[in-house]
Amino acid sequence: MADFETPSFREYPTIPVLQEGIMNNGGPFVAKPAHNEPLGYPGELVDGWEDKAVAKLGDLASRYRSLQVFLDSCVKCGACTDKCHYFQGTHDPKNMPVGRQDLLRKVYRRYYTFAGKYFPKLVGAVDMTKEVLDDWYTYYHQCSQCRRCSVFCPYGIDTAEISMAAREIMDHVGLGSKYNNEIIVKAQTVGNNLGLPEPALVDTLEGLEEDLLDDTGLEIKVPVDVHGADVLLVTPSADFFAEPHIDGLMGYAKVFHAAGISWTLSSYASEAANFSMFIGSYENMKKQAERIRKAALDLGVKRLVVGECGHAWRVAYSFWNTLAGPFDFLDPNYPVPQHIVEFTHQLHTAGAIKFDKEANDDKVLTFHDSCNVSRASRMGDKPGGQYRLPRDLLRASANKFVDMPRDTIFESTFCCGGGGGLLTDDLMEVRVKGALPRMEALNHVIQENGVTHMAAICAICKTQFAKVLPYYGMGMDQIISLHQVVGDALVLGAPNE
Amino acid sequence: MSFLSILYAILFYAATILLVAGLGRKIAQYARTPAPLKIPTMPAPTTQTGVVLRVATEVVFFRQLFKSNKWIWLFGWMFHMGLFLVLARHLRYFTEPVWAWVVLIQPFGKYAAFAMVAGLAGLWGRRILVERIRYISAPSDHLMLALLLGIGLSGMSMTFVSHVDIVGLKAFLLGLMRFDWSHSLPSDALLLIHLLLVAILMIIFPISKLLHAPGVFFSPTLNQVDNAREKRHLAPWAAGLDADRAE
Repeated sequence: MADFETPSFREYPTIPVLQEGIMNNGGPFVAKPAHNEPLGYPGELVDGWEDKAVAKLGDLASRYRSLQVFLDSCVKCGACTDKCHYFQGTHDPKNMPVGRQDLLRKVYRRYYTFAGKYFPKLVGAVDMTKEVLDDWYTYYHQCSQCRRCSVFCPYGIDTAEISMAAREIMDHVGLGSKYNNEIIVKAQTVGNNLGLPEPALVDTLEGLEEDLLDDTGLEIKVPVDVHGADVLLVTPSADFFAEPHIDGLMGYAKVFHAAGISWTLSSYASEAANFSMFIGSYENMKKQAERIRKAALDLGVKRLVVGECGHAWRVAYSFWNTLAGPFDFLDPNYPVPQHIVEFTHQLHTAGAIKFDKEANDDKVLTFHDSCNVSRASRMGDKPGGQYRLPRDLLRASANKFVDMPRDTIFESTFCCGGGGGLLTDDLMEVRVKGALPRMEALNHVIQENGVTHMAAICAICKTQFAKVLPYYGMGMDQIISLHQVVGDALVLGAPNE
Repeated sequence: MSFLSILYAILFYAATILLVAGLGRKIAQYARTPAPLKIPTMPAPTTQTGVVLRVATEVVFFRQLFKSNKWIWLFGWMFHMGLFLVLARHLRYFTEPVWAWVVLIQPFGKYAAFAMVAGLAGLWGRRILVERIRYISAPSDHLMLALLLGIGLSGMSMTFVSHVDIVGLKAFLLGLMRFDWSHSLPSDALLLIHLLLVAILMIIFPISKLLHAPGVFFSPTLNQVDNAREKRHLAPWAAGLDADRAE
């Protein structure tokens, strides 16, 4: 399958012995000028990048309190060292959260602290060299920005912030990753990560409507660019074509149909994902968020609902109001934005939709909490709603549901291994190895409780699991969309007016 | 005033100025630096009161560390709480008359030194013995523990083993505080070592990882309210970008 070994399941939790440099693989494919320049970055590594990188670091530290405080505050207590899924799966000490942070911190200390300027050896400060830059490129692309470390740090130091800053610095000297930057350019020009133009999108959605008609015998619509619809649904473009995502999209369509709420997709803003977050670029993230604002204004909708996507929900929930707000032109009776799970949950609570649980009796379900939903956003009006609401829906639409062990779910959830802009084939080794803790937890409930399927609410998680499950001896079809489960149990055509 | 007293007087004035000015500068920097995005680690409180409670729980009980690693929590908490009581006890050398509550905690403060030193020893042991922590340790991380341990042990020696002229010390310190330089510093070796190490600690505080003390209060993942949907959060530098919005 590949030129690396899939890690084997551990009998009981163990902390790996360090294997320094084991993952020093040079990082993902480097972005070409065509991927960098449209985003405002130099095409390739610029002359004098050393000084420019150091200056950018200082600039970012002066604009981001998180970066400034996190670079100063670490006491090297070691609490985070065993918390990263990439460390657990690879044993490389530079994949320990503090090990990863220190790659940047040692440069910060060298140029921006008294101790590092005058006593570099004493505090482990180093010059900005090619070797350091290579380490940055390699190891900041082995971080999925999942924030699990921030849950366990006594100062809340979030390695995601450091890794985003590092990528932003690298982009500013012309060293970007092809996967991320190419996708961002597509999203900013065509409107989605796939580069799917409007006619192709319309065509795809018509095909979906035919599938829905075949499945249900009902004319369930998947509308696009409908002016005056109540709801604009913004969903990751993977929902339009990938498995098992597409079944989730059909699930959303069924919910809208059953509830009788008019809705539309937008061909201009046909992407919920916002990869600019992965490269730490406020400006590019804002550009992408503004597309959605514009689509909502142009279509004259009343509500904004976001489909199943982890980091997209983080950007939508936590950042949209900042980046593209205020959304005072939308109906103030609903939160802006709303997650599709909140939307469906509200309808179910109000009795506007009904489920036939038996429809899912062929499955024993578990649920994968996506990092960005769990640790970077919320659903509902109470903290922790992001854990409760999706489980409520699964329990309401299926008879058999079990959770994975407590230390692998909720705020302690393990990343799928493919988040944060790593979902590319050139990073397959780190993706497979990083999935180890989640695969172990899933295997546990498969063995103990006969779990057959794991539901998720993130496009990246779904793609990643479909790819890595077979490496661990499980089936790629064991990962499904939450709204597939919901859609299968939904009683259609029930009176709901 | 003896030569030694003058030297120590200068040392302590300088250390105090560096500590206060250095820390003030860093706190001002943290306060001034904007946090452009809402990044509380969820689940997070939805009210400002909730945030105060969250940060207080971290500062007093090290809640996230407890969740993370029981050994580091045990040693770290023993050290910090021990240090807190010991410092509170030390107020008796800077106040006349001594405040009632300081008198009250005197016995606790004395024995808290054992917890402090044991915690430090535990932390240092882990730094040396646990491979992962050894890997992330720079020489300064070891020296910091040595310094604190030196302060603790020299202090304890004066309390429990070989008493020094503490009345003379208090007169000297009160004199420094009132700019009355007529009292000499008692010249016990233990005391001089203890004071020298304390002065070093004060000087390096604002230029070292000890900045975690103010840092924890400014950490956006801990101190932000979860209300991004309800309230628009905008940093000054980011507000400028709204100007070129195409509408």
